[in-house]
Amino acid sequence: MDRRRLFKLAATTALATTLAAGAALAQEAVKIGAVGPKTGGLAGGAAVSFWPNVQLWAHDVNARGGLNIGGEMRPVEIIEYDDQTNPGETIKAVQRLATQDEADFILAPYSTGLNLAAAPIFDRFGYPMVTHTAISDQIVELSQRFPNMYFTLGGATGLAGGVVEVLTKMRDAGQIGNKVAMVNVADAFGIELAEVARPAFAEAGFEIVYDTSYPLGTQDLSPIVKGAAAAEPDAFVAWSYPPDTFGLTEQAMIEGLDVKAFYTAVATSFPAYAGRFGAAANGVLGAGGVAATSASFQEYAARHEQVTGAKPDFWASGMVYSSFQILEQAIEAVGSLDKEAVSAYIAENDFETVMGTISWDENNNNAAYWTVGQWMDGVFNGVASTGREGAIEPVAKTGWE
Amino acid sequence: MKRDAWQDLALGAVLLAVAACLPWFGGSYWLSIGVTIAMYTVLATSWALFSGPTHYISLATAAFFGIGTYTTGLGIDHLPYWVLLPIAGVLGAVLAGLVGLATLRLSGVYFVIFTLGLAELVRQIITWVQNFSGQKGLYVLTDITEADIYWQLLGLAGLVFLGGWAIGRSRLGFALRIIGDDETVARHSGINTARAKVILFMVPGAVAAIAGAILAPRYVYIEPLLAFTPMLSFQVVIMALLGGTGRLWGPLVGVIPFTFLWEAISASFPNQTTLLLGLCFLLIVYLLPKGFVGLIESVRRWARNREGYA
Repeated sequence: MDRRRLFKLAATTALATTLAAGAALAQEAVKIGAVGPKTGGLAGGAAVSFWPNVQLWAHDVNARGGLNIGGEMRPVEIIEYDDQTNPGETIKAVQRLATQDEADFILAPYSTGLNLAAAPIFDRFGYPMVTHTAISDQIVELSQRFPNMYFTLGGATGLAGGVVEVLTKMRDAGQIGNKVAMVNVADAFGIELAEVARPAFAEAGFEIVYDTSYPLGTQDLSPIVKGAAAAEPDAFVAWSYPPDTFGLTEQAMIEGLDVKAFYTAVATSFPAYAGRFGAAANGVLGAGGVAATSASFQEYAARHEQVTGAKPDFWASGMVYSSFQILEQAIEAVGSLDKEAVSAYIAENDFETVMGTISWDENNNNAAYWTVGQWMDGVFNGVASTGREGAIEPVAKTGWE
Repeated sequence: MKRDAWQDLALGAVLLAVAACLPWFGGSYWLSIGVTIAMYTVLATSWALFSGPTHYISLATAAFFGIGTYTTGLGIDHLPYWVLLPIAGVLGAVLAGLVGLATLRLSGVYFVIFTLGLAELVRQIITWVQNFSGQKGLYVLTDITEADIYWQLLGLAGLVFLGGWAIGRSRLGFALRIIGDDETVARHSGINTARAKVILFMVPGAVAAIAGAILAPRYVYIEPLLAFTPMLSFQVVIMALLGGTGRLWGPLVGVIPFTFLWEAISASFPNQTTLLLGLCFLLIVYLLPKGFVGLIESVRRWARNREGYA
């Protein structure tokens, strides 16, 4: 190669590099804010259901070239903040994202309380807020006040109603009698569920033979389970939180609380539940559920495990990812980063997600949601919902072996 | 009254008026920082009013703050908002009075432990009542804006400074300084030490409860875990100590840099926030044992000495 040709080659390479760099510069990243607990009381739940999905969604979008915005493929850039499970910090972090980082869109925060603290700011800046973990029975009032706020995971009335429905079904099938032992964690959500369930059980002809509560953070749950066992119930229902969901199950195994229907609420759908109790978890009922056999969920679960190294849970995880998908589909359909247009698009359309089709009622609420699931051979499949497809028939629990 | 005192008051009023202009000039982000600063100024200054002279470390701020939050949460549907603030103040003062009567006769460490447990105790009582009555989640849906909250907190801060200024010039303030130096001497001089301490402890109790009541509309949804977060009590103590408790304006010079430090750490290191904050606490304790007030005063002294030599 003579000197002249070498120079030419070098010049061409340099030009090509410059052009490539120029093209990359043109594809400016879309800034997406993510606020959630990395520390504090809800950090554990967020580490299972929220953060891995933020990672997965960014990975999925960028792997296929980015968001298609008016024909231009633009990658997403996630800006993460820890709100320390403190609503004051959530508010500051969302403000920071909106005004300092000038985020194009912001993912809804984690949990009911933190979503509601952030709602006025999402509203003021016009960000669409597709919540995934806000559970509320005040949706009508909230959606009037915050027109860009969407609800997907349901409310206490539906969740408690699902349990009554499943137990009624099992009773009608002759699997259980009508004696229910009910306990609840004495904290906001546990109290609310128990309050809704009490009249619903009575109306369905169940007899509540044991009804008590325990404080949040109770370590020794054996008196609760012993008390329930002494009442000789046909079904055991616990409106519980993550630590006590595990604690009650463990005690029930120790005490041999041999009921045909055993229900614990939050975190029963976590993969760690089956991981800890193995085959003994078979037949346990819990809050939430998914259409675990559907192709869309199975494909999502496999990708989740491959990209984040952890399994998704069988309730909120899929909904968290779905809420991101809704935002993604709306942005691409509108073809711009115009928040108002994207919000309007979300309100007027149905969305195909890993959880199936999500559509809104007049209160921006996804009225069809999973309420009860059941463990069977390492899978927590939905057995009751307010109108979703893919539910299987509940089965009676056969001991703790 | 001396001319100096009037000057202090006038200066304070001017500063407050300047601060009150923030909603018109700063954007909403600066307003949210302003709310944080105003909130901690109110809490830390009122905390230092009691803990500064007496050296009793109170970790009860979260308890009073939570009571105020719940006052608004429970009352907003039944009473006008403006009535709730004084009610919260009275509730906070009454609780502080009861706690004070029970514990302030004891010496230092018992008081610290009791106040630390107080937030948890009140939280459990509220939860128990909610469980008993089947109370549902509390929503505070109002039209109160962030700017309104900011101004209310500034107003409260003005009252706290005015109160602190007045106490410092009163017999009560004098008595407390003596108690802080030597409680036995104070008793022997005929001071009713228990009464003086209880009365003064009611001030931070009432102020923290009012601050909680003012901030409740900002949180929208009230639950025990969020209203009674123990972190709040510790943050207030750290900010006040960073500033220094020897002067009325001491906590303020702690709150402002601390809020910006906190903000910088939260924004830049979202995955290591707690770790870095811990390191900052250590540095503050080692390098600034007397807080910024101590630093400022030693710089002044040094400057004065230099002038003397020159």
